[in-house]
Amino acid sequence: MSAYVTTIATMITIQAIAVCGLNVIVGYAGQISLGHAAFFGIGAYAAALLATKAGLSFWMGLPLVICISGLIGLLLGLPSIRVREDFLAITTIGINFIVEALFRYVPFFGGALGIGGIPRIVLFGIRMKGEAFLLLSAGFLAICMMLSWWLTRSWASLACYAIREDESAASTLGISPVRFKLFAFVIGTAMAGLAGSLYAHYMQFISAGDFSFPVSVGFLSMLVLGGMGTLWGPLIGTIILGILPEAFRSLVDYRIFLYTLLLLLMIRFQPGGLLGEGSAARRVLAPLLRGGRR
Amino acid sequence: MLLEVRDLHISYGDIQAVCGVGFHLEEGELVSIIGANGAGKTSILQSIMGIVSTKKGSVIFKGREISGLASHERARIGIRMVPERSRVFPRLTVYENLLAGAYGLRKKIDVEKRTEWLYSVFPVLKERSSQLGHTLSGGEQQQLAIARALISEPELLLVDEVSMGLMPKLVDEVFEVLRQLNKEQGLSILLVEQNVVASLAISTRGYVLETGTCAIQGDAAELADNPRVKEVYLGH
Ligand SMILES: Nc1ncnc2c1ncn2[C@@H]1O[C@H](COP(=O)(O)OP(=O)(O)OP(=O)(O)O)[C@@H](O)[C@H]1O
Ligand SMILES: [Mg+2]
Repeated sequence: MSAYVTTIATMITIQAIAVCGLNVIVGYAGQISLGHAAFFGIGAYAAALLATKAGLSFWMGLPLVICISGLIGLLLGLPSIRVREDFLAITTIGINFIVEALFRYVPFFGGALGIGGIPRIVLFGIRMKGEAFLLLSAGFLAICMMLSWWLTRSWASLACYAIREDESAASTLGISPVRFKLFAFVIGTAMAGLAGSLYAHYMQFISAGDFSFPVSVGFLSMLVLGGMGTLWGPLIGTIILGILPEAFRSLVDYRIFLYTLLLLLMIRFQPGGLLGEGSAARRVLAPLLRGGRR
Repeated sequence: MLLEVRDLHISYGDIQAVCGVGFHLEEGELVSIIGANGAGKTSILQSIMGIVSTKKGSVIFKGREISGLASHERARIGIRMVPERSRVFPRLTVYENLLAGAYGLRKKIDVEKRTEWLYSVFPVLKERSSQLGHTLSGGEQQQLAIARALISEPELLLVDEVSMGLMPKLVDEVFEVLRQLNKEQGLSILLVEQNVVASLAISTRGYVLETGTCAIQGDAAELADNPRVKEVYLGH
């Protein structure tokens, strides 16, 4: 595999992990989030700081990174309990801008220069890069997808679906909207944190711009394109939107515009996504896609 | 006394929907609330369930003031509602809708037993068990909403216009189910109905709501004979 292809494939797997997390929040629990890149960034910065300042290895730092992202996700998920859907969209955008600004202007986070010199991941004495790193991140992606699959079969996901469909009807059945919205935010942002940690150790250099609002729009576009609430949707959407810009390099400046356009078109014409209920792809692929049907 | 509602006031912005309603329900009773469109019947049920907040007044369930509880907490202590227009979960299957209702029941065996029983009461739900909620007909959705509320063995069932959109034969069947639940299993039911004759026929007592307060109350048979009830709600 050429280095170029390996790089793109690695970026796709890392992003797919973040989109998997977004899927838990948006697809399973029905809570819109336009600030997912903030949690991707929180994971990346936490990993970078733990590695460069505290000298922890990727593996030692990982549980901490996941906990930090999930905890901050829990705190920042609190508004979802109070505010209505359209307001939640605005709130999450705000969170994204605030987090990005903190990274950019607080010296502790490296300021405008970002954080460099993040060590590579070492596994079995091997320093992970190239194809080895791709395999590692694909492994993590597989774990996240298995977790998503397992979630779709649990009581917790049924509770999430019920809240997504009709919050007050769900609450009259004894399902606590607060608990399960927060549950979804914690799982979803923890996955974003994992993706961020992989990203930091892969790039070895991160800066605030990597986690800006357009990145969040990108994540959401990938999810909507692939199919919210489906098991394979996050992966499919990320692959398509990960490859397309490479094929149309000249359009790279218009990426955010194209993502937004795509989002609007999908919502207008195929709201379930490429793999959603009643989509053309689903009818053809139906036998392959059992599991995570919703 | 299982349920007591005192001096209930509900308003939406400037609209006073309910002002000063009080009533009670003994254990094992089936009580009807009658009233014109917009009289505030749904609002009352929703405030007992905790979905709309009350401006003033208290709701006492099994001797305990529950006005401060969230609706899922009220559900946990045994209150369930069949909401107006059923509100089944559209993109969950019939079976998943039932499971969502069984959320508090952790034991799998209980869930299976209850599901089997409900399937025997509403056979159409068994036939449609893997169909999505929104693909059911209106009447089937009503049956699903009842089953979803019953699966957890509630102590108090709030029923909001369950006969809406059901064909006459099914209305009879549903009322028969409610009557049996009440008579044979001692389930306490608070029934809101446009179908006044049918609801009074299975009720112990009833209340008539007018302009946001309880205007008339009494035994079901008495109410069915009351000249004012006859004139306004029975049309003769
Ligand atoms: N969410 C709301 N916002 C504003 N006004 C409301 C709301 N819900 C109910 N109302 C008003 O409160 C009053 C009582 O409504 P409610 O639904 O309780 O009546 P109802 O007795 O159930 O009527 P129906 O027999 O038509 O179901 C009505 O005037 C209605 O317009
Ligand atoms: Mg009503």
